[in-house]
Amino acid sequence: MLMNIVHYLISIWVPLVCAVIIVAVLPLVAGYIVLMERKVMADMQARLGPMRVGPHGLLQPIADALKLLIKEDIIPDEADKAIFWVAPLISVTAGMLAMSALAIGPWFQIADLNVGLLFVVGIGALGIFGIVLGGWASNSHYSLLGALRSAAQLVSYETAAGMAIVGALLLAGTLSTREIIQAQDDYGVWFIFAAPVGFFIYVVASIAETNRAPFDLPEAESELVAGYMTEYSGFRWALYFLAEYTNMVVVASIATTLFLGGWLRPFAGMPIFNFLDFFPTLLMLFVGAYCFYRAPKQPVKVQKMFMVAVGLGIFLVGAILAAPLAPSVNSMLPGLKPGLHGAFWFLLKVGLYIYLFMWLRFTFPRYRFDQLMRLGWQFLIPLSIVNVMGIGVALVLHRQWGWSHWTAFPLTTIATLAVAGWLGWADDKSEKEHPMVGET
Amino acid sequence: MMLDQIVFYFFATLAVISAVLVVTRRNIVQSAIFLITALLATAGIFLQLHAEFLFIVQVILYAGGIMVLFVFVIMLINLDLSLHQVQFNRQWWLGLLLSLVLGAQLTVAIAVGRSGLPMGEPAPATMLEPSTQLVGKVLFTEYMLPFEVASILLLVAMIGAVVMAKKKV
Repeated sequence: MLMNIVHYLISIWVPLVCAVIIVAVLPLVAGYIVLMERKVMADMQARLGPMRVGPHGLLQPIADALKLLIKEDIIPDEADKAIFWVAPLISVTAGMLAMSALAIGPWFQIADLNVGLLFVVGIGALGIFGIVLGGWASNSHYSLLGALRSAAQLVSYETAAGMAIVGALLLAGTLSTREIIQAQDDYGVWFIFAAPVGFFIYVVASIAETNRAPFDLPEAESELVAGYMTEYSGFRWALYFLAEYTNMVVVASIATTLFLGGWLRPFAGMPIFNFLDFFPTLLMLFVGAYCFYRAPKQPVKVQKMFMVAVGLGIFLVGAILAAPLAPSVNSMLPGLKPGLHGAFWFLLKVGLYIYLFMWLRFTFPRYRFDQLMRLGWQFLIPLSIVNVMGIGVALVLHRQWGWSHWTAFPLTTIATLAVAGWLGWADDKSEKEHPMVGET
Repeated sequence: MMLDQIVFYFFATLAVISAVLVVTRRNIVQSAIFLITALLATAGIFLQLHAEFLFIVQVILYAGGIMVLFVFVIMLINLDLSLHQVQFNRQWWLGLLLSLVLGAQLTVAIAVGRSGLPMGEPAPATMLEPSTQLVGKVLFTEYMLPFEVASILLLVAMIGAVVMAKKKV
């Protein structure tokens, strides 16, 4: 019996290692996404952002995590204790579980499920229970309102996101994350070019689903203090935060897999663009060199040494990424290049998508709740249905009638955009005729 | 084989225990949580049977969709009322009797008719076509008409709900 279990564990050691890496690294990554967000925000507002803890605030996430860990854990007297305890865990577990079907490079995947993408979307959506139950269990009006808003928002935008995903799945013809990326390789173009409207819908819906500005009404601090997290403090609060950033990584990974070609290099099918293989190494060299350049300008000796160490670490990553480019190494370990470079491109795309989230956050003012619902139900959902029909028509034109890609897809995209324009116009008109100001 | 059984009994026990707790808990929100656990445990059994599509549909539709709406509605209604209500009425013994009879019937039926049940050797999971494609093919060829009828029924129900809830403008 015990031997059985040991044999079983040995037979699944690759997924096991991947799972441990994800659980161990994700909190750190989330911390550094927070730092990146603060730095991007500071940059857009002409400030410096965190600069004190470590050079350029590089140790800030670790200091923050330590602070949150040792903070007092307050549970309100009137709270439903058990649910209050469990709720943040539900959110975090759902987010991390969703990561398990994602393929970060051809090497790094916990499970290649036949229903991969549905699994990611479905399990990720379970995180809403953490928010709703946590808000309810706090026994506070702010929390409850935040939780209700969050649930309403998620249910509304899940439909639009789902239909956007359906559009891309029609193109791929499979649900397995690995095969979706393979399908984009076979097509020669990423699905963002075949279904740009679908990508747009997914971006908007995914921002709403992750409760981020401009749709961060569940935690609108000017109205609801901190929404569903109002009564949470210390480590439980940190878990909610971790869940939020994990969800960001998950939706960014879904978008990358479906629309941005997953682990594929730009122009993966064209040998002329093979020089792009040097891009990862050059990027690392550039970032490392910048660290060396900044090192002498740090005020304290420890910080100078830290900066040099960071630069050296980045050079090391660059060297590892460069290794498979050498012909001798490549012939010895042919799987090394797709594995390493695939992971690099995937993570780069995920990072860019998250950067887009931040960019939008600091650009747009917050929506009002009725505006949010109007946008979801009267614009995005009809548009996403039209988008699916458009892609279906394009596929019929291409596969059955023998039209080329270059006519079928632009044609249906233009038609979808025309519908989008009409929807926007009709929505505008209906808002002027039936204003909903004063209602929530 | 051993592990399969452990996993199965884990999910089965979880489903049964949470199903019982759904009925016996006084707090509706806690009942809803145990209903979610029961649904997820059933989904786990589907997954163990390699019915991946059923598993994820169970998670998305029941746990993710319907239960979110349930919880949403529960939070909006008055909870204190249910806490003070009497949970069992005077007919509880009748219900107990009926369920015992039904349980006995099922046990006898399975024990007697077991040999007659068409339980062939299960096909090895790797030989099967991926379940998503199978479900899709069957749904859109053999069961096209029932599928469409069911869709129209749901649409009618939805429109009916909207019409009934609509305020006179």
